Amino acid sequence: MSTTRRGFLAAAGAAGHEAAGATGRGHGHDHDHDHDHQEVPSDLTLRVKALESLLVEKGLVDRAALDALVDTYEHKVGPRNGARVVARAWVDAAYKKRLLDDATSAIAEFGFSGRQGEHMLALENTPKVHNLVVCTLCSCYPWPVLGLPPVWYKSAPYRSRAVIDPRGVLREFGLQLPEDVEVRVWDSTAELRYLVLPERPAGSENLNEDQLAALVTRDAMVGVAKVTLPQAGERA
Amino acid sequence: MNGVHDMGGMHGMGPIQYEKNEPVFHARWEARTFALNLAMAAWSKWNIDAGRHQIELIPAAEYLRMSYYQKWFARLVALIAKTGMATGEELDSGKAAPGSARATPALTAETVPKMLANSAVASRNIPALPRFQVGERVRARNIHPTGHTRLPRYARGKLGTIDRHHGAFVFPDTNAHFLGEKPQHLYSVRFAARELWGEQASPRDAVYIDMWDDYLDAA
Repeated sequence: MSTTRRGFLAAAGAAGHEAAGATGRGHGHDHDHDHDHQEVPSDLTLRVKALESLLVEKGLVDRAALDALVDTYEHKVGPRNGARVVARAWVDAAYKKRLLDDATSAIAEFGFSGRQGEHMLALENTPKVHNLVVCTLCSCYPWPVLGLPPVWYKSAPYRSRAVIDPRGVLREFGLQLPEDVEVRVWDSTAELRYLVLPERPAGSENLNEDQLAALVTRDAMVGVAKVTLPQAGERA
Repeated sequence: MNGVHDMGGMHGMGPIQYEKNEPVFHARWEARTFALNLAMAAWSKWNIDAGRHQIELIPAAEYLRMSYYQKWFARLVALIAKTGMATGEELDSGKAAPGSARATPALTAETVPKMLANSAVASRNIPALPRFQVGERVRARNIHPTGHTRLPRYARGKLGTIDRHHGAFVFPDTNAHFLGEKPQHLYSVRFAARELWGEQASPRDAVYIDMWDDYLDAA
């Protein structure tokens, strides 16, 4: 079966080529990076606009709702949420116990809940156990605490290798784990969503909860990094 | 289905391409595609499993070539056509059919927060008892359904241990095809890395996979 309405796509695409006068790769961002994107036709902007216009015309979607959805995930929900959960668990033993016993409820104490975080599980890293989260089948990720997943998380290299070669993957992220550490990989095949509770870094004893939260990275909460103290001069 | 999406354990996909300070969306069309998918899902004409399966149906070569939100766009157009929310002619022309009824959007800016907060919980209360207890040895079934499944190929036929019981959950294999929720018990199953990958794997490491009763046999 066809997975796309080729007539619509072709028609919108042809219009795109005329309007843009370009057939190059869509690359709508201007940051520094050294990776290759998958091929993105330059007319996608027009194809998506055409579909949005049709659905608005039919009364199936409301443009303001689309704006609100985008705004939510661009500005309101992201890894700073998860970082607050982690920092709380580091400073409050009772909270940490609640988080490990019933992560969904403990995370909801911050007001973080809902879509793609309905059933949460927190995985505690220790000096002897390191947890790593993947979704080999698609892109499952705990949105309420981490926001939407980065491209590498939902791309073939990570999805294919995280389960068969987790130590190699971690080395690519700059994390070399000793042989006596057990690596546990969690493949998100159901509606359970996983948040790694990283180890609190040595030397952070004098930091308060907010300062600790500022150290916690998205990568550490997926399990591809550890939380570290900033080196002298690295940041204020 | 034994599709290319089921990529756990595959080789040849290249190095991980990490982008520092990655934006949430790389272009506006990505953001709009994301939002259109959620706004259209609010009509409940399809479910999350059907949505995942629609992406799996993208032909393998295209699946590998397309970017993430290109797949979301293709999936959305396909689901709209399949469920009749727009006709083929409308999708071809980008214009609503003359005289066609105008709906009232299922989702508005005001209802977005509520929709995100109360989205579909997949757990269910069922009378059946779990087939397995924590600590029990199990073998993942060696099955190859041609439809949607969340049993990854790399685990089929392998021996594992029930690590945790999650309760009963909607079964994706039927739900994706609108054949009912068939809720059943779900477990986290621990597989030793060497059981999955042989001697090349670390003797300490393990992979945990969430599996429903219908994926498992006692071992």
